[in-house]
Amino acid sequence: MSSVLFDVPGPKARVRHGIAAVVGIAAVVALLAYVGYRFYDSGQFEPRMWEWLQYETIQIQLLEKIGATLRAFALGAVLALLFGAVFAAGRLSEHAFWRAPSNVVVEFFRAIPLLIMMFLFYYGLPTVGIKMSPFAAVVLALMLYNGSVLAEIFRAGVKSLPRGQAEAAYALGMRKTQVMVLVLLPQALRAMLPTIISQLVVLLKDTALGFIITYEELLYYARYLGSQAQFGRPLVPLTIVVAGIYIAMCLLLTWLATYLEKRNRRNKRVIELENKDAENVVLANSATGV
Amino acid sequence: MSVLTNYSDLFLSAFLTTIQLFLLSAVGSLVLGTVLAMLRVSPVPVLRAAATTYVTLLRNTPLTLVFFFFAFAYPLLKILELDPFMGAVTALTLYTSAFICEVVRSGINTVPVGQAEASRALGLTFGQMLANVVLPQAMRSVVPPLVSTLIALLKNTTVAAGFSVGEAGAISYRLSEEGANMLAGLSWVAVFFVVLVIPLTLVQRGLEKRWSVAR
Repeated sequence: MSSVLFDVPGPKARVRHGIAAVVGIAAVVALLAYVGYRFYDSGQFEPRMWEWLQYETIQIQLLEKIGATLRAFALGAVLALLFGAVFAAGRLSEHAFWRAPSNVVVEFFRAIPLLIMMFLFYYGLPTVGIKMSPFAAVVLALMLYNGSVLAEIFRAGVKSLPRGQAEAAYALGMRKTQVMVLVLLPQALRAMLPTIISQLVVLLKDTALGFIITYEELLYYARYLGSQAQFGRPLVPLTIVVAGIYIAMCLLLTWLATYLEKRNRRNKRVIELENKDAENVVLANSATGV
Repeated sequence: MSVLTNYSDLFLSAFLTTIQLFLLSAVGSLVLGTVLAMLRVSPVPVLRAAATTYVTLLRNTPLTLVFFFFAFAYPLLKILELDPFMGAVTALTLYTSAFICEVVRSGINTVPVGQAEASRALGLTFGQMLANVVLPQAMRSVVPPLVSTLIALLKNTTVAAGFSVGEAGAISYRLSEEGANMLAGLSWVAVFFVVLVIPLTLVQRGLEKRWSVAR
């Protein structure tokens, strides 16, 4: 797409780009070198700071904590998808009786910060005698928030299908449920699959909020390990390692999304979405994650 | 209701901090994000690669981890002293700018090729073309997702509560110290967030209608 914005460079432009490239490289290298020097200078590259990685117990515990993160992610994702499906159906309903409450629920849970929701479940509900484990609070909040966003995605997917699809199905004598389940949903889901998966990436990242309400996941473990004096409080190395783990997990999911998108493009049964609604939802939601 | 009247000072100062945090990091991330987007469409491969790497890394890192870095690891590097508030602004700016960059870039994509071609034919330079022709049009189609990003930023400011910034999320800590009714207090925080988000949504819808380019 970038070739759209500029012509094939001529000799002068090539020199200019060359200069810009050199300056750019110099700036990036200088920045990296400075950060690297700060790391070195403050002793972050000393072997002692990285020793903890060699202990088997720590490796196993690290894996366990990744498991805890993934557990919250998996349960949260399944519940959010279900929640999203139910409320998308509610919002698409022809009866105001279902539509209005679904609208309110979805808009409400989308407007509250996820962390406040977790606080509500974890610190707030004990006031009325409902005790909740950090895990339950994290999963419940993830379900409500991401479920609402997913409901919006599902709805936009169905709405942006060409009207002829539903009309043809009605003309064939199908009933409302049949039209939705047999005709609209399969196409909408296939078209929105990449978006749904990127929302799941958001959900995966959101599990890290559990750290703040003491759910013992990856980041929580990093904090614990980072306070151990016997390893020299390796907070910087830990941040780097944990960031690497998170980025790897998210990129894997993102690659799945791109792969599915590519496969979609080859697939003739996928319908090009008509209006820009779906696109806007995609863009808007790409950022809602924490 | 009694929680709200008893702790009105706390609520007021906490939400003021939230709004400060939001405004500062909104301006910061809008500027940084637009610069990154310009880098991502620039004709120089190195600059494109640098911006792409930045966006990929930041988009796939949890915000909590960015905060974690600035709260715990960054002080050890002894680069520049940041108090918790400025640390939060930096973390939010760095994180949000990656998303702003993506939004602006996809906005640039919606501008028809002919616009760039016409400006080239008129002899505008790359910078002039971006600044005078493409970006003004891109910004219009970008308004709805941009406001959504800002709404997300507003909600994300609460994460700072976990890292000793006294904003809206941190109200819960004070309330629990003083043994107040946590459920009521936190529900009020939630309500205020809904109240803060709704005007932004209305602005978004209004601008969307007024600024949409008929093509």
